Amino acid sequence: MPESLTRAVRWDTVVGALLVVLLLLSFSTVDGFGNALNLSFLIGNTLPIALIALPMTLLVVSGEIDLSVASTAGLSGAVMGKLWNDGMAIETIIPLCLLLGVVCGLVNGLLVTRLGLPSLAVTIGTLAAYRGIAQIVLGSDAVTDFPSQYLDFAAGRIGNTFIPQALLPFVVLLAIAVVVLHATPFGRSLFAIGANEEAARFAGIRVRRHKLILFTVTGLMASLTGIFWALHYASARYDNATGLELSIVAAVLLGGIDFDGGRGTLGGAIAGVFLLGALQNVMSLLNVSAQSQIVVTGVLLVISVLGPRVARQISVARAARSAG
Amino acid sequence: MTHPSDTGPAPVLALEDISKSFGAVRALRDVSLELFPGEVHALAGENGAGKSTLIKTLAGVHRPDAGRVLLDGEPVVFHGPGDARDAGIAVIYQEPTLFPDLSIAENIFMGRQPRRALGRIDHKATHAATLALMQRLGVELDPDRPARGLSIADQQIVEIAKALSFEARVLIMDEPTAALTGSEVARLFGVVRTLREQGAAVLFISHRLEEMFEICQRVTTLRDGAWISSEPIDGMTEDDLVRRMVGRDLDELYPKQDVEPGQVALSVRRLTREGVFTDVSFDVRHGEIVGLAGLVGAGRTEVARAVFGIDRWDAGEVEVQGRRLTNGAPSTAMAAGLALVPEDRRAQGLVMDMSIERNIGLTGLRTTVRAGLVDRGAERSRSLDWAVKLQVKYARIADTVNTLSGGNQQKVVLAKWLATGPRVLIVDEPTRGIDVGTKAEVHRLLSELAADGVAVLMISSDLPEILGMADRVLVMHEGRLTAEIPRAEATEETVMAAATGRAAA
Repeated sequence: MPESLTRAVRWDTVVGALLVVLLLLSFSTVDGFGNALNLSFLIGNTLPIALIALPMTLLVVSGEIDLSVASTAGLSGAVMGKLWNDGMAIETIIPLCLLLGVVCGLVNGLLVTRLGLPSLAVTIGTLAAYRGIAQIVLGSDAVTDFPSQYLDFAAGRIGNTFIPQALLPFVVLLAIAVVVLHATPFGRSLFAIGANEEAARFAGIRVRRHKLILFTVTGLMASLTGIFWALHYASARYDNATGLELSIVAAVLLGGIDFDGGRGTLGGAIAGVFLLGALQNVMSLLNVSAQSQIVVTGVLLVISVLGPRVARQISVARAARSAG
Repeated sequence: MTHPSDTGPAPVLALEDISKSFGAVRALRDVSLELFPGEVHALAGENGAGKSTLIKTLAGVHRPDAGRVLLDGEPVVFHGPGDARDAGIAVIYQEPTLFPDLSIAENIFMGRQPRRALGRIDHKATHAATLALMQRLGVELDPDRPARGLSIADQQIVEIAKALSFEARVLIMDEPTAALTGSEVARLFGVVRTLREQGAAVLFISHRLEEMFEICQRVTTLRDGAWISSEPIDGMTEDDLVRRMVGRDLDELYPKQDVEPGQVALSVRRLTREGVFTDVSFDVRHGEIVGLAGLVGAGRTEVARAVFGIDRWDAGEVEVQGRRLTNGAPSTAMAAGLALVPEDRRAQGLVMDMSIERNIGLTGLRTTVRAGLVDRGAERSRSLDWAVKLQVKYARIADTVNTLSGGNQQKVVLAKWLATGPRVLIVDEPTRGIDVGTKAEVHRLLSELAADGVAVLMISSDLPEILGMADRVLVMHEGRLTAEIPRAEATEETVMAAATGRAAA
């Protein structure tokens, strides 16, 4: 069997192709899709999902998950708003909020690695807890009067193009994540951990340390996203980014990251993120209601768990027919 | 070659010139086999000889490309495992798959329990039917006992009872003894003899030659998918059988070289893990192969796990080449020159759907690094080197290890660890479930490593292997070291006596 043929059914390639098809179709048939403002909205609205999808991909590859990310983002935004209201300098607030994200992630990581609890359960718990703290901190206030140069950066575009300024730092982070997952010993270990944790341990890989680092980085990225969210939408509220974890997990799984761990590529995950983002954008343009959009996201989540498995079974069947 | 069919009864099941290919691979070529009522028939061959394909053809999983399957002399075509079962053919696998929370009786009659009015399950009838089956097999198992906690031998007996409840006349036993202890094997063989006396035909697969000689009347040998011979086993020697399986004389199964032991390489002092093993002390010197014998559950594997750092110890200390190891840290053990080839290659030794290259690479992630990144060129050449040195048979180094046969998988595990250049090597059941040719290769490899000054600690339940390979034999019994026996004095009797706690240490 030529390798190109088995490659043809790799799921991340399928998702990439779907994304291209959707974009081409939307450019030609959906009114208003192609104008610069809409494209900048599409990218800007997708960036929070994309930012958190980076560490989430690594987590899922290693067989874990973090559902508390949207709450961590909300908590960071709320704390930022509260401290800003209290008159603290923004240059002090941002590092503090990032530190808070690190703590949130560390708590998740310690509960999972030290107490051996399943991350799904732990982070459903902290999903509620972190959001609750956010509400205690900020109440129902909305803080909007952040310094204009920060707001401008988070919402601005590069020159007259449709490209948001915030895309550049994201591309840098994406490049770092790709290298870490696909080219470093750390990333290689994550695949081994996700595919067979016991064998990874027997190979001398420090499984718990790897996971603790991942949860911590995920917390950090979630709080960074929370800060970006509050500035991008010029609004810090306790309920910022509510439900975002659903989109993130759906996008990552859609991108071919195996829910059971050990399989997937960051390229696929990011293609999944932008496929979902473009789809939501198109649905908004077509006046599909927000509720229906959530239904579509949910259906995609189910398809995304099925799709890669079907694709893999096809390639396994082909390989079996050729190799025996 | 003799065919009892010339004189005796007709075969209950026969394969005639069966061929089966998967793509370009010809798994079976013109293979014939006759099974007679009242015989236990051995199927011999190395891994990859076609035994599995043949079993699956008999069980209705594969349909042959050419040739006929005859049942009571009539050609039949099995469209699936259900057809084969209805025809009275049952396969007992190495690791039975019972529902742990259901009773033995419920497991046997799963989905077809005797019913009372209104479709209620008739527990009394189920119980009685199970009891009758157990009596037929000559065993005492309580039908109402849950399957959880049954030994693997007893689980297999439940599977056999289940097969009998389907009126099975042909039982295929695929390496049933691989995970059994000596006394369990004896118990299983008792049941097999009972079945034979009742007229069943049994096809028996095992890598342990002595078992074939003990229980079987005839043996069919396959090699590279081709039929080699079918003949009575009486009058054959183990060497005869090996020659047919391997196609040549096996130089020697236990090629142990004499080596003058050097300095102490591994020193274990008063190591204790509460409730698991107690006060274990021993040394292994450079150039020495030390056997660690004992019954399953004596604590041998657990000591190895603790020494390597997989599990923590509660007291004691471990030194490798004079360096004290950190409790519970495999990475520091590896850095000190220790390697552990674990007993369960699928669960512990390999990431099954990762490539051969990357599996071997896993132990070298710290060393095959350039500028913080995995040096793929170095990783590939390191993996290729060792795969070639160990003569792993594979198509492409980038193939996943689950495409390999068991023996080749074991070689990948060995390669993975030898690639770290260990000075102390612990191997846990290094040849379990692999064919005799590969086994001899593994033994030669261990012997060469020792000659190069590696200290080898070999855990094995295969007593001939221990006696054939070890310079010294340590024996554990119920979590303690009970004996240390020099090579000259090590016999099956002395080792077993210590392993069962009958000997003064």
